[in-house]
Amino acid sequence: MPLSTNGNPLIHARGLTKRFDQFTAVDGIDFDVHAGEAFGFLGPNGAGKTSTMRMIGCASPVTAGELEVLGMSPRTHASRIKARLGVVPQMDNLDSEITVRENLLMYARYFDISSDTAKRKAGELLEFVELSERGEAQVESLSGGMRRRLTIARALINDPDLILLDEPTTGLDPQARHVVWDRLYQLKRRGATLLLTTHYMDEAERLCDRLVVMDKAKIVAEGSPRALIEHYSTREVLELRFAGETSALANIVALLIGVAERVEELPDRIQLYTTDGERALQQVHALGLPLESAVVRRSTLEDVFLRITGRGLVE
Amino acid sequence: MTTLALRMVQRNALVYRRVWRGSVFSNFLQPTLFLIAIGVGLGSMIDGGGAALPGGVGFLQFLGPGLLAAAAMQTASFESSYPILGKITWHRNYEAISATPMCVADIVLGELAWMAIRLTTVAVAFAAVLMAFGIPRSMLTLLAIPAAVLTGLAFSAPIMAWAATLKNSANFNVIFRFGITPLFLFSGVFFPVTRMPQWTQRAAWLTPLFHGVELVRGLTLGSLESPAWMIHVSYLAAMLAIGTLAALRTFRRRLLS
Repeated sequence: MPLSTNGNPLIHARGLTKRFDQFTAVDGIDFDVHAGEAFGFLGPNGAGKTSTMRMIGCASPVTAGELEVLGMSPRTHASRIKARLGVVPQMDNLDSEITVRENLLMYARYFDISSDTAKRKAGELLEFVELSERGEAQVESLSGGMRRRLTIARALINDPDLILLDEPTTGLDPQARHVVWDRLYQLKRRGATLLLTTHYMDEAERLCDRLVVMDKAKIVAEGSPRALIEHYSTREVLELRFAGETSALANIVALLIGVAERVEELPDRIQLYTTDGERALQQVHALGLPLESAVVRRSTLEDVFLRITGRGLVE
Repeated sequence: MTTLALRMVQRNALVYRRVWRGSVFSNFLQPTLFLIAIGVGLGSMIDGGGAALPGGVGFLQFLGPGLLAAAAMQTASFESSYPILGKITWHRNYEAISATPMCVADIVLGELAWMAIRLTTVAVAFAAVLMAFGIPRSMLTLLAIPAAVLTGLAFSAPIMAWAATLKNSANFNVIFRFGITPLFLFSGVFFPVTRMPQWTQRAAWLTPLFHGVELVRGLTLGSLESPAWMIHVSYLAAMLAIGTLAALRTFRRRLLS
């Protein structure tokens, strides 16, 4: 699947903007996605991730700014772009009136793929997503995880140069999520270019080579998961819970400043951001505070995300 | 339009394959029952009652082709409402199809092409029943089939266009209750519109089913007159054309937001 693009990005966006009447869903964002990359859009609900994906997928007209997908403009070459994309939408839109295999065969026809090729591809893809035994089943009889896998198989029917995945594991149980991740990881190893949106930090850390964090229609941070963690958080986080009244936490926080690079007070606990969690813990013990529990963990994208977008609930 | 529009036809045919047996059966059964009950049964009380029908035909002869045109309208109206909205909203088929090289025009024109095929099956079955009852008086009856298809399409395109603007199906009842049913009753299917007051006759000329009924009846009974049939065909073709343009617009607005 690797694609020769002479070093040009597969997606090139500058000042990309989407407005619905008065509401600005995407506010002048810039990014490039290169061949062979797994690129992620991370952000809370309503940040503009799906709108961006829909513009790239030629399903939503660009309001302003520049967008090139596979070197072409969605405005003038939608069909030619779509011929080379694989799209996995947020909500399943499989054809529930035909069988699992027919879903793949019929989808191939929309791409004008010959029926011989389609039959061969459908067989291979059902194998790839482990649905070979369910080929003749009705779509209604599939579990949520199976439908998702079938949707992924369907998106691969045209050997796409670029695969768009909008929240690929939202709503799946843990087992099903791991199966989907495994398939996506395999695609990545084969050199596919993946573009995905997610609000799961573990998903982004696992799959993305590079990602942007979106918040309120804008890109607020960009980099590899590791670089983002280094930049916005520390290597480790020490989580402390104390006995007694939570109102006493403020006094404790004052004592802890200096122990770590950053101290964050939360309703039920205090988090210390530090390069060495164990050493910080020793220092906390030395202060003789009424410690109830202490956990040292590695910093994750979640820490980055909450640092950037804040802890307020996004409704 | 590209040949991709045919893919939409292919997709619908694939789904239809599962239900065609029951559907064909009702395509024959419905007209047969209507013709027996109203045409033969009720007709026997009407014929000889003095009130002559145009061309001096019997009530069964008069009713049969009218019902054919009405059946095309009913099939087209139903199939262009719930199933189309379903593919937009509930099953999101068009969203999936739009992610392929298929464009909005392929979808709209493909759906209309499929509708033409569906209407042809209905009209052929109906025409066969008419023949079994010995109703046709002219070889032109064969042309009544495309005339019925045109009548159906004249309803299908604008209803599809409208369906693409709806959030839910509640509004469909409005069109069936206040649109389709009155047309069925007052467009000359059961009695000549000349039996109605002057103003309703004029109103009938403005409604699409009247033109469909006149056209299909005229072809079946060989009673078509020259300037009139051109008006009927033009009216129906204009509705199809305007409806198609409207559907292209509303589908584009709905599917590409």
